[in-house]
Amino acid sequence: MTTVLVFLDHAGASLAKSERELLSLGATLGDVVVALAGEAEQAYLDGIGSYGVGEVYRPDSAEASDVLVAGKAVFLTEAVRASGAEILLLGNSYEMKEIAARVGVRLESGVITDVVALAGDLTATKADFAGSYSVDCRVTTGIAVLTIKPNSVEATEAGLPSPPREVRIPVEVPEAVARITGRTDKPVSGRPELAEARVIVAGGRGVDGNFGPLEDLADALGGAVGASRAATDAGWIEHSAQIGQTGKTVSPQLYISAGISGAIQQKAGMQTSKVIVAINKDADSPVFEIADFGIVGDLFTVLPQATEEIRKRGL
Amino acid sequence: MDEAPANGLHIAVLVKHVPDAQFDRHISGDDLTTVRSESILSELDEYALEAALQLVETHGGPASGHRITAITMGPAGAVAAVKKSLQIGADDGVHLTDEALGGSDASATSKALAALLRHVGPFDLILTGMASTDGETSLVPAQLAERLALPQVTFAASLDLTPGDDGWKLAARRDNDTFAETIEAPLPALVSVTDQINDPRYPNFKGIMAAKKKQIQVLSLTDIGLEPAEVGLEGSWTRVEAAAPRPPRTQGVLITDEGDAGIRLVDFLAGQKLL
Ligand SMILES: Cc1cc2nc3c(=O)[nH]c(=O)nc-3n(C[C@H](O)[C@H](O)[C@H](O)COP(=O)(O)OP(=O)(O)OC[C@H]3O[C@@H](n4cnc5c(N)ncnc54)[C@H](O)[C@@H]3O)c2cc1C
Ligand SMILES: Nc1ncnc2c1ncn2[C@@H]1O[C@H](COP(=O)(O)O)[C@@H](O)[C@H]1O
Repeated sequence: MTTVLVFLDHAGASLAKSERELLSLGATLGDVVVALAGEAEQAYLDGIGSYGVGEVYRPDSAEASDVLVAGKAVFLTEAVRASGAEILLLGNSYEMKEIAARVGVRLESGVITDVVALAGDLTATKADFAGSYSVDCRVTTGIAVLTIKPNSVEATEAGLPSPPREVRIPVEVPEAVARITGRTDKPVSGRPELAEARVIVAGGRGVDGNFGPLEDLADALGGAVGASRAATDAGWIEHSAQIGQTGKTVSPQLYISAGISGAIQQKAGMQTSKVIVAINKDADSPVFEIADFGIVGDLFTVLPQATEEIRKRGL
Repeated sequence: MDEAPANGLHIAVLVKHVPDAQFDRHISGDDLTTVRSESILSELDEYALEAALQLVETHGGPASGHRITAITMGPAGAVAAVKKSLQIGADDGVHLTDEALGGSDASATSKALAALLRHVGPFDLILTGMASTDGETSLVPAQLAERLALPQVTFAASLDLTPGDDGWKLAARRDNDTFAETIEAPLPALVSVTDQINDPRYPNFKGIMAAKKKQIQVLSLTDIGLEPAEVGLEGSWTRVEAAAPRPPRTQGVLITDEGDAGIRLVDFLAGQKLL
């Protein structure tokens, strides 16, 4: 049977949704083992075990995580070798893609990123040119190194928690590396992560510094709050909320765009959303060209009214 | 201003020639490669060039012996990306072009660029954009760092150099989803920069005139010691099997708020079973 190595780097108290998706996808392809870079609580390890994973590979020193990308790439390469895996699955964050990139070179293996669907014969489907093309591709050399977009597969139910066997991997960090010298955590919002959210309410320059009405609607819908670059550049919201070419690419069930004109770089990050709603004062805004439901109006009256109506209907 | 070490910095900036996103972009032909008409210097590589120019300006200007080389790989027309870089302020340029390079994936591209950088280097600093805007995926910078055994400083949102007795030191900031990192590395290093790092300048008349006198070195695979089979479709480790344009999104309902648009929005969401 094929061995599938899933790389995890989250190491919180429990598995994130995207991590459960990776483990579930792996199980459809073969026997799943896990490589885990960081420190992890026992409950997290037990959670991995609940997906039928018998073995977890871990680095024998913390140094792998002190250097940027290179250390984890060495560790993961050795974990692939130790496990004999023929398929390597990773998440789709910038860091994950970079780790995949380097592992690909080390193992002379092809890397495919942003995968949204994976067939049994390992044909990977992804969107290209900002979602205007759908492309099928395959790894032709080495093992298949694939980074999978969140929300692309259904996470299966976990079984009973059980501790997997730990295998320590010696890691020799390369000589010429960049070291991480400091780390500041960003405030957490308590809302779903953008990449995983079913609903996103995004604001732009039209929000004029006040994301309150967007947050209220997002909370009523159990959604996340996103932004255009104009809004993040203005400092009204964290840079990590930026959606678009140089921010996040998202494909939620519902994307509500408020006070965003719909520049090409913004569209690049959201036009694969299932349903798009746009609210803008200007009837000629390009965002309306891709909106399933467009409202020419003031976001400061439309959004609160919608939030109130949702609450009133007890939804 | 800081004293620069005796020898000036030699900085490579990797610039890609990409289809302009303002026009429809296509994939075509038997080998499903990108059609490269209506192409421009990748917007995101302008940030790398600007970062190079600012580093030179901060550390004594061109008189200190610093030099910026703009480098591209691509078909004949790709030299336009180098020419634009020279107009903006790079000192000289290199264009790697060869029939055999067509259809290269990230692994083949990084192999060719690594061989090219070894051939025209050594460089103290290699700067790239955060991603090429034509559907590529930020793999090339990390793969170059791996292949050239250089410290990898990617997605830098800020970048500073400090000269010291044992060479230059680099400091950068990198934003992740839930945290920001500060990073340090010695030179030589490979750095990719984000669009948060600066505001790229435009070429001015003086720059456009000056660029006409700047040198562009054109190289082939043989010049850099690679075989055709190592790059292009043949040397790639992935293959595109099918590419289909998605039906473009069409405009749906457009209403004008008459005092009840919020309620009509909720009706729409309920109708779509989105509540
Ligand atoms: C290299 C590069 C990368 C980029 N990457 C990104 C990216 O990743 N993501 C991104 O978003 N942008 C990106 N941009 C910027 C992009 O080009 C646009 O400048 C940006 O998206 C504009 O943001 P906006 O729509 O919020 O602002 P604007 O274009 O100023 O639009 C504001 C809109 O709000 C409307 N409005 C104002 N007040 C109200 C109100 N009360 N109610 C309703 N509507 C109102 C106005 O009619 C207007 O349409 C990038 C640009 C470059 C050059
Ligand atoms: N053909 C190329 N010529 C020059 N630079 C390139 C080329 N391909 C990629 N790069 C550089 O690598 C960066 C990331 O590209 P990519 O990995 O393709 O997203 C770009 O911003 C460029 O700086």
